[in-house]
Amino acid sequence: MELIRPDTRFDFIGKKKYALGISTAVILISLGSLFFHGGLKYGVDFAGGILIQTKFSKAVEISDIRSALESSGLKDAVVQRFGGESEFLIRVEKSTGDLESLSKSIQTMLQERFKDKAVEIRRTEVVGPKVGKELKKKALWAVGLSFAAILIYVAFRFHQFAYGLGGIVALFHDVIVTYGAISIFGLEYSLSLLAVILTIIGFSINDTIVIFDRVRENLKKLRKEEIETVFNVSINETLGRTILTTGTVMMVVLILFFFGGPVIHDFATALVVGLITGTYSTIYVASPVVLLWHHRVTEKRKKIR
Amino acid sequence: MLRSLKWRFFLYAAIVIFAVLLLIPSLTSELPSWYGKVIPTEKIHLGLDLQGGMHLILEVEAEKAVESYMERFKNNLREDLRDRGIPVGQLDREKDRIVLESSGDRGKLDRLLAERYGMMRVKELPSSQGGGGWRIELVLDSKQEEQIRKNAVDQALETIRNRVDQFGVSEPEITLQGTDRILIQLPGIKDPQRAINLIGQTALLEFKLVDEEGNLDEALKGVVPPGDIILYQRSVDPKTGAVKKVPYLLKERTMMTGEVLKDARVQIDTQFNEPYVALEFDDIGAKLFEQITGANVKKRLAIILDNNVYSAPVIQERIAGGRAQITGRFTVEEAKDLAIVLRAGALPAPVKIIEQRSVGPSLGQDSIEKGLWSTAASALLVVLFMIFYYRLAGAVADIALILNVVLTLAALALFRATLTLPGIAGLVLSIGMAVDANILIHERIKEELRWGKTIRAAVDQGYHRAFVTIIDSNVTTLLAGVILYQFGTGPVRGFAVTLCIGIMANIFTAVYITRWVFDYLTLKVKVKQLSI
Repeated sequence: MELIRPDTRFDFIGKKKYALGISTAVILISLGSLFFHGGLKYGVDFAGGILIQTKFSKAVEISDIRSALESSGLKDAVVQRFGGESEFLIRVEKSTGDLESLSKSIQTMLQERFKDKAVEIRRTEVVGPKVGKELKKKALWAVGLSFAAILIYVAFRFHQFAYGLGGIVALFHDVIVTYGAISIFGLEYSLSLLAVILTIIGFSINDTIVIFDRVRENLKKLRKEEIETVFNVSINETLGRTILTTGTVMMVVLILFFFGGPVIHDFATALVVGLITGTYSTIYVASPVVLLWHHRVTEKRKKIR
Repeated sequence: MLRSLKWRFFLYAAIVIFAVLLLIPSLTSELPSWYGKVIPTEKIHLGLDLQGGMHLILEVEAEKAVESYMERFKNNLREDLRDRGIPVGQLDREKDRIVLESSGDRGKLDRLLAERYGMMRVKELPSSQGGGGWRIELVLDSKQEEQIRKNAVDQALETIRNRVDQFGVSEPEITLQGTDRILIQLPGIKDPQRAINLIGQTALLEFKLVDEEGNLDEALKGVVPPGDIILYQRSVDPKTGAVKKVPYLLKERTMMTGEVLKDARVQIDTQFNEPYVALEFDDIGAKLFEQITGANVKKRLAIILDNNVYSAPVIQERIAGGRAQITGRFTVEEAKDLAIVLRAGALPAPVKIIEQRSVGPSLGQDSIEKGLWSTAASALLVVLFMIFYYRLAGAVADIALILNVVLTLAALALFRATLTLPGIAGLVLSIGMAVDANILIHERIKEELRWGKTIRAAVDQGYHRAFVTIIDSNVTTLLAGVILYQFGTGPVRGFAVTLCIGIMANIFTAVYITRWVFDYLTLKVKVKQLSI
């Protein structure tokens, strides 16, 4: 079966000017949303605070829970329906005081208030502010260092710094856009969304390397061609694979999105965005960066001569 | 080539069979008895997010251990100064520093310090009184302080281990994290709050005399006699929840601590049918207790746990035999837990809970079910799609995918790694990369066929070319995975572990095992057409 005919020759690189416009716009929107919302909406994992997930045996109005919390002096608690009629998430963002005993008192209060509805405390999380800050720092370090490792490895394997740089710029693009989407959709940035970011980094660099690899091979074959043509040929030759892989993974992610339940829903949403931008960025971010670098360096060399 | 085909088959088959054998213990608990002798029977550990349980990170407030060390030092120093006739103007402790002001013979003090307190560092302070007075600050030598902190953390770890062991949790995990943190994982625990109370309690048991001459009312107004302290007896009415506080004026000096305990057990008072905790002291404790009670007949001895007075009975007579009891309005459960913490000993310093996550067993079950169903559904779809698109070659790829999952899970069982929700994300990513590897190979073979190569040459070239790409992309991701593992914390690590293992399994299954099948088809079966 052939999805893409072998003689397909889309002029991907020729459209890079429009792509630059799109990329810039999307990044500006992402950064704008992040700026407008005052950064990411950190969940309990990173901001510190309390999270309680409860399930009642009968349906409960969300306003009843809110007023119960308010009457015990917790005005800034956020209550949210979590799947079903009778399941709720209660979040208190707080960084001072004895969080552990506060969590305990909320649980006892709920158990007393809704005695007739058999409260089940399904999950509690109490994260001290110090832990959250450390988590943030560690995650940043881990991601930063893996970027550096990727840069070095790719530059080494492709004998040119430009390829490593292209890959990394594409990764930055994808991470920014995904964070932008997280911000626009109002998702809460928690550890599982951090896992999404890591997954996207994995997919994006994988995608980039597949095309770069073909470019490396074609550079030897098509010595006389312009480098733009080589990129175009390479992207077209691997187009079938790109569509198949992305499509298969997208299929999996969409199933998770629709049937994975509330825990996985946010996770899948961010993954859909990341997958799209990861595929796009290989063609329209990583490749143009390499081309740009290539022209700069060759032009410089010409001038020196 | 044929010969190598055979050997490769045996090698790959052996690896796959070994992996399946490793996985069996995780799937069923009914194993024949010989099984454990041949194959490791480690099961895949499910993370707390999947099976329910509690995850706790405690921070040992080690500076408190240093402070209590300095407090003891201060008391000893006061006695030594008196013995050597050095008048004390002021002797106070401010956190971990001690300030001493005096007008006595400085030479005598220096000799005393050199003789008995070599671990103290002396800093001169400006004296507030003129004349021959002097004022110094004493702090602990930094090495010595480090040692005290370390001991406090080590001892806290040991004590908490003891408590959890006696509480009875299956497969608890209690480890040191960094320098002063303790990570506790208690799978399947049903009452997290009770466990927190049990683990987090300092459980410092003290015996102090009640100051019978002192005036309690005056003391409550703020005029506390020197050397005395006020502590309260708190009692909660189980029906109304109201807290009653009764003050006691006590001598600050501790007569005895829980260190001399040999045993603590729950007993039921036959008269009131109320539980109490019976204490038994060791030999030293029994002697000490006999001395204290003998010297203070008709006085009251307060039994204090974590600065909370439990009772203050009047000593009727000298008590020999080393037995005492703690009464209070306990429930049986409370008395049981109290006995556990007393048996396990006090924490050398208080601990603070800085992270607590607990997942109820029903939620864990829900996550597994939802996660499993959606993963299974998507896996099935991928498998069907591969067969639909690549026909026979797709079926080969599917075998590789399934083996990939089997190998990854087997490795998790072998290395005793834990499978968590982020771990499943890592697994999904590695499966995605496995699909990609197969697609890369197949597309490449198709290309080579299109360029007019023979089936044999196309397979050879296809693998050869695609291998470079697969290695590059997998190694890059593996590198990132290793770094994430090194620098990440809990959940990030869970992700990194399954990702790294999955990628290694991927290179084996997608490249080597499928290659064997294609080699078999082209060399042995000699197919005229490749269904790809």
